[in-house]
Amino acid sequence: MKLGKKEAALRRRFHQKISEFVIESLLFTAALVSVLLTVAIAGILIKESIPFFEHVSLKEFLTEREWTPMFDQARFGILPLVSGTLLTALIALMVAIPLGTIAAIYLSEFVSPPTREIFKPCLELLSAVPTVVYGYFALLFVTPILRNFFPEIGFNVLSAGLVIGVMIIPYVSSLSEDAMRAVPNDLREGSYAMGATRIETAIKVVFPAALSGITSAYILGISRAIGETMVVAIAAGMQPNLTWNPLEPSETITAFIVQVSMGDLPHGSIGYQSIYVAGLTLLIITMVFNVIGFVLRRFFREAY
Amino acid sequence: MQDFQKLIQKKKFWNGLAVVLGFITLLFSLLVVLVLFYDLAKTGVPRLSTDFFLNFPSRFPAKAGILSAWVGTLAVMGVTALCAIPLGVATGVYLEEYAPQNWFTILIELNIVNLAAVPSITFGLMALGIFVYEFGFGNSILTAGLTLGLLVLPIVIVATRESLRAIPQTIREASMSLGASRWQTVRDHLVPYSSGGILTGVIIALSRAIGETAPLITIGALTFIAFLPHPPFIADPPFISFQWLSDAFTVLPIQLFNWVSRPQEEFHVNAAATGVVLLSLTLLMNAVAIYLRYRFRRGIKW
Repeated sequence: MKLGKKEAALRRRFHQKISEFVIESLLFTAALVSVLLTVAIAGILIKESIPFFEHVSLKEFLTEREWTPMFDQARFGILPLVSGTLLTALIALMVAIPLGTIAAIYLSEFVSPPTREIFKPCLELLSAVPTVVYGYFALLFVTPILRNFFPEIGFNVLSAGLVIGVMIIPYVSSLSEDAMRAVPNDLREGSYAMGATRIETAIKVVFPAALSGITSAYILGISRAIGETMVVAIAAGMQPNLTWNPLEPSETITAFIVQVSMGDLPHGSIGYQSIYVAGLTLLIITMVFNVIGFVLRRFFREAY
Repeated sequence: MQDFQKLIQKKKFWNGLAVVLGFITLLFSLLVVLVLFYDLAKTGVPRLSTDFFLNFPSRFPAKAGILSAWVGTLAVMGVTALCAIPLGVATGVYLEEYAPQNWFTILIELNIVNLAAVPSITFGLMALGIFVYEFGFGNSILTAGLTLGLLVLPIVIVATRESLRAIPQTIREASMSLGASRWQTVRDHLVPYSSGGILTGVIIALSRAIGETAPLITIGALTFIAFLPHPPFIADPPFISFQWLSDAFTVLPIQLFNWVSRPQEEFHVNAAATGVVLLSLTLLMNAVAIYLRYRFRRGIKW
């Protein structure tokens, strides 16, 4: 009788051990999915890009000044798309970095915590708006306003860039604010004790101390600006154009992918491969900025 | 003495200016959302009617509606939630409660951070190559739901981890000292206590997925859809059908994009009306999330 009880208890423990192991394996598998996802993204982009470079030399790809993969006389120079992407991102960052930083400094250094609880959601609303709605806004609200200043513009990079800039303010401000709030209070108090005002403390003490985290915020902003698709696809005109003039229409890498995907695309054609090459280029550009960010973050890191 | 006073005044002035500047920046961002909403509503609201919700898209702008779009959005969101919630919560639980401190765990963590910075359109390219062609799912509701689910996965993971981390260690110790196993602790204590935070994260994730357009265009969703997916319930046993998973679809943001890309003014009105519906949905979801976060933060005192 006694033995039976013990045996039952042992058996129960054994079953439990097994089910614990099974569950841990399941959870681990779930975590593995996110790694597999990255591998899948990089893998498929590279796999579909390889046949493209059997048609087109890397030299032509990097130096040719026209991108017309869907024409009979196809040209495959990525430069116009890269210039369009960088120009849009540059305009967006000229809006998002100053405004995002100011908002972050204000929320972190000037506002009391209860007020912050009210103000922060206002900022977060900006990231809640779907990008395609921002695209509508850029084309049918911002462009007509710009037309007051530049009467002859149609589709243009400027309106798309400005709208993307506003859109990514919360990405920049939220991480920057976190970084600044993580700066220990001793530093602020030391600065106040020396007679510095809040703004002096914010700019000369807190900002430099938080620079490592703020760099991450800027890099995330850059990644968002480069990868943004719908606003440029709607408002910037979808014409590959090697120009630095923001009043002209242009096309970004992302908008090109959308443009090609809108048509019927035979699997394995050069057009099909070209969107993967474009995607790979986009991923590489994003990665380059993230590596730069990683290095800068190391460089600016301060330990307390 | 006077020099000092001047200096103090000057400093006070600059400080005041900074306060004003900060406030204006916040006001500006709020104003953008308001103007955007007003501009959409002004054009779009008069177009909203029962017919608009119950009609299929059409060549004639006045007859066109968003029936297939909102049904499609609903179906795709269902698949997205079913994909992102289990995967995201399981990953979050694993990383917070189970993962050993080794290089592989660090790799998974770094990877999740990086995924958040990957442009959404590359998810679409991945889905086109793998789901559409390798697996042969075609441009279906299943493909779209999986794509968006994977896209918003990091949001769910981060939300789960943050709310698990907020639970004090003592709860875990108390549970385990009473003989509960790790899984029993997770199932009966940690996940229920963090469900508020997880729910907030899930709503934010879905509100992002609902407005996401680019990856869906990439998988070939930009087509004229004037039919509904198969119903999920049927008259014959087993009464539940999964036929709808493999149906072609359209969603609200794609319908909006379709209409805004046309030159005719009348279609722009339709686009605005769709925008009002879409924006109201996402803003509502975000408002719910903000409210929930606020409530759960206040309600729980350890």
